[in-house]
Amino acid sequence: MEDSINLLKDLVKVPGLSGHEKPIREALTKRWTPLVDQIQVSKLGSLHGLRKANRPGEGHSLLIATHMDQIGLIVTQIEAGLLRITELGGVDQRTMPGSAVMVHTESGDLPGMVVQPPNHTLPDEIASKGVPLKYLWVDTGLPQKAIEKKVRIGDLISFSVPALEMGGGYISAPGLDNRASVAALTESLTMLQNRQSSWDVWAAATVQEEESMFGAQTSGFEIRPTLAVVVDVNFGSGPGSPAHKTFEMDKGPTFDFGPTTHPKLYQAFEKIAKQHEIPYQRCVYPRSSGTDAEKLQLVAEGIPTMLLGIPIRYMHTPVEMVQIKDIQRVARLLTVFIEQLDEKFIDSLRWDEESEAGK
Amino acid sequence: MSSSPAISPKKNWKKPAIGSREIKLLEKLSNACGVSGDEGAIRKLVLNEIRPLVDEIEFDAVGNILAVKHGKGSKLPRVMLAAHMDEVGFMLTHDEGKGIFRFELVGGIDPRQLPGKQVWVGPDRLPGVIGMNAFHLSSASERSSKPELNNLRIDIGPAHAKKVKTGDRATFATSFLRTGPSLRGKALDDRLGVTTLISMLRNAPENIDLLAAFTVMEESGLKGAAVAGYTLNPDMAIALDCTPALDLPVWDGSENTLYRSIPNQGPAIYVGDGSTLGDPRLVNLLRAAGDAYKIPYQIRQPGGGGTDAGTIHRQRAGIPSISMSVPGRYLHTAISIVQLKDWQHSAALIHAGLSHVDTNLLKKPR
Repeated sequence: MEDSINLLKDLVKVPGLSGHEKPIREALTKRWTPLVDQIQVSKLGSLHGLRKANRPGEGHSLLIATHMDQIGLIVTQIEAGLLRITELGGVDQRTMPGSAVMVHTESGDLPGMVVQPPNHTLPDEIASKGVPLKYLWVDTGLPQKAIEKKVRIGDLISFSVPALEMGGGYISAPGLDNRASVAALTESLTMLQNRQSSWDVWAAATVQEEESMFGAQTSGFEIRPTLAVVVDVNFGSGPGSPAHKTFEMDKGPTFDFGPTTHPKLYQAFEKIAKQHEIPYQRCVYPRSSGTDAEKLQLVAEGIPTMLLGIPIRYMHTPVEMVQIKDIQRVARLLTVFIEQLDEKFIDSLRWDEESEAGK
Repeated sequence: MSSSPAISPKKNWKKPAIGSREIKLLEKLSNACGVSGDEGAIRKLVLNEIRPLVDEIEFDAVGNILAVKHGKGSKLPRVMLAAHMDEVGFMLTHDEGKGIFRFELVGGIDPRQLPGKQVWVGPDRLPGVIGMNAFHLSSASERSSKPELNNLRIDIGPAHAKKVKTGDRATFATSFLRTGPSLRGKALDDRLGVTTLISMLRNAPENIDLLAAFTVMEESGLKGAAVAGYTLNPDMAIALDCTPALDLPVWDGSENTLYRSIPNQGPAIYVGDGSTLGDPRLVNLLRAAGDAYKIPYQIRQPGGGGTDAGTIHRQRAGIPSISMSVPGRYLHTAISIVQLKDWQHSAALIHAGLSHVDTNLLKKPR
C-alpha cells in the first residue's frame, strides 16, 4: 500500500493544468519509459506509451486512456498588486475563498491565496451570496511593483495544498481527478512487466479533458486502437451528496453502463471482476458521461469503449478524497483484462453475432 | 478635540527587535492550535518563553497568564498590555459515524471560507477536510448561494473515526509562510500580539511596571481580558491585537471608503471601536511617540469590532484603555497576511510610547 500511496502523492504534486500539461507529462515520461517499448508525444501533448504484445497475436491493440490534466485558475487582470482570475476547467467557486494556490510565472512560482474581498467592496446582491470567481482575487503578499514585473495575464495558477494521508488508505489532495486514474494505469504497467499479453497496449495520458476532451479524441485517431478503456474518477458518496448519484468509497471501481460503454465490453469486465474477486459498482447513466470515453467512442469509424470510474469524494475541490485500494483494484483489473485478451476476444464484440445469437 | 502634546525622543531609546527570532516564534505560535476555550498549547509555548523574562507569573481561574516585569524604582505606573492567545476555529458537535462530524464555529468566521479546506482536528491534530458536494451534482442555486454550516461536515476519514470525539476543537490546517515582505498564517490574529508582548517583556521599559496578560477567549466575547483586567488592576491598559485591512479595490472602481486599516501604513491606533472609546490621553501618547520617533502609524477607521480593551476598560472603577493593532488582510480565514514592516513598527511604537509613560500622564482628566 505504501508504494501506491507514494506514487499517488508524487503524481498529485506535479502541476498539469488543461492545455499546459508539460510538467506532469515530463514526470510521467520518466516513470513510463522503463515500463514500455516505445514512448511518444501527440501533437496536442498527450503521452503515448506502447507495450508490445509478447505472445503471438493478430496485431490488435488496446488503448487505455487516463487524462493527466487538472482544473485550475488563470490570471485575467492585474490590479493594485492583486490578480483577477478565471477558471480553467470547472472550478467550484464555493471552495475558492481561502484556498492556497501557486502562481506559475515565467520567472518562477509564487505562493498565493484566493481571497474573497470584503462585503462592502462587492455589489450589494453578492454580499449575502456565494462570491463568483470574477469577484475573487489572488493575493501573493508581494508588493504591487513586484507583481507587475513578474506576473502576466494568462499565467496559470494551481491549487497548492499538500496531500493528506488520513489513515487506512484514504488520501485527500487536489488533482485526484484524474491522477488517481493515471496512478492506476502506471501501476498496471508495472504489474505487466512480468506478464504475457497477445495484444499491444497503448497507455495514454491525455490532455485537455477538463476543457474539451480533444486530447483523447486526437490520441484515439492517431493510435487507432481496436478497443479503448477510459479510466476517470466518478462521484464518491460523502456528506451532502445524493446517494442515488454517488458511489461508495472502498467498494471498487464503477463500471459505466450506458450509451458510452460497449455492452459486450461491460459484460467482459463484469466477468473478469467476478472471476478475480475484484469488487465493482454498476454505474447506470443514460446520457453523456463527460469523460474522454465520450470522444474516443466516436473516433474515425468508432472504437468499442469501456469506461471505468474511481470513486472520489468532493470532486473538483482542493480536498478531493480517494481510497488507495480502489486505485489498486483498477490496476489489477486492467492487468488481468490485458492478460486475457486473445484473438477471439474481438469477435465477442460483433453486433452481427449478437443478432445471429438472438435468432 | 485634544491635540497631541509633542514629546522629545529619548536619546538612549532602542527599538525592540522584531527579527528572525521573533518570526520563528510567531511561526511556532501560529502553527499551534488554540481555539477559544482550549488555549493549552499556546499557554505552554508562552510560558516557555516568558519564564526567564519576568518577575512574577500567575494563572487565574479562566486560564489567562498574568506576568509582571517590574521596572526600576518604586511607585511606578502599572501598565497592562494584553494579547489574546486564542484563535477562531471549530468544535466537533455531533458524530455521524465513519469519521464525519457536524461542527460549530468558534468566533466570527464567514461560512463561505469553509468548503474545500484542510483542518487539524483534536489534540493530536489529525488531518481532516471540510468538503463540498461535487458541483456537478449541485443545483444552480446551490452553486451560487452562501454555503450553510448546517450542510458542511468535518471529515477525518473512517480510519481515524474513533480517535477524535465531540467537543474536540479544530482549526484551519495552514502552515506559516514568509513570502516577500509578507507573513502568512492561520492565527496571526493574535499570535502576532502575543509575540509582540513577549518581545516587550524581553525589552521592558524601566519606567513602568509591565503587567502582561496573555488572555483567553477573546474571540468568543473578550472574556479572559475581563478577569485579567480586574485581577491586575492596572493604572492603564493597552490591547495589542490585529485588525482587518479591508482596503481591497471596490468592484466598480469607486473609492473604498470603509477600508478600516491599510497595510504598510504602520500600526493602527484605535480612537473607538464597537467595544471601547479609546482614552484620548493614550491615543495622544501613541501619536506623539510615533511623531517623535518617526514611526509610521495610522488611525484605525472608527467603527465596529472589538478587542480585549472592551472588557478591560470597564473593570473596577474604570481603567483607561486603548487598543493598537497590526493591520491584517483576510483575518478569520484559513490564511491571513500581514506585513512584517507593520509588525516591526507596532513593536517600536508601543515601546516608544511606554517609555514616556509617567505618573502625570493620567492625572489630567480625560
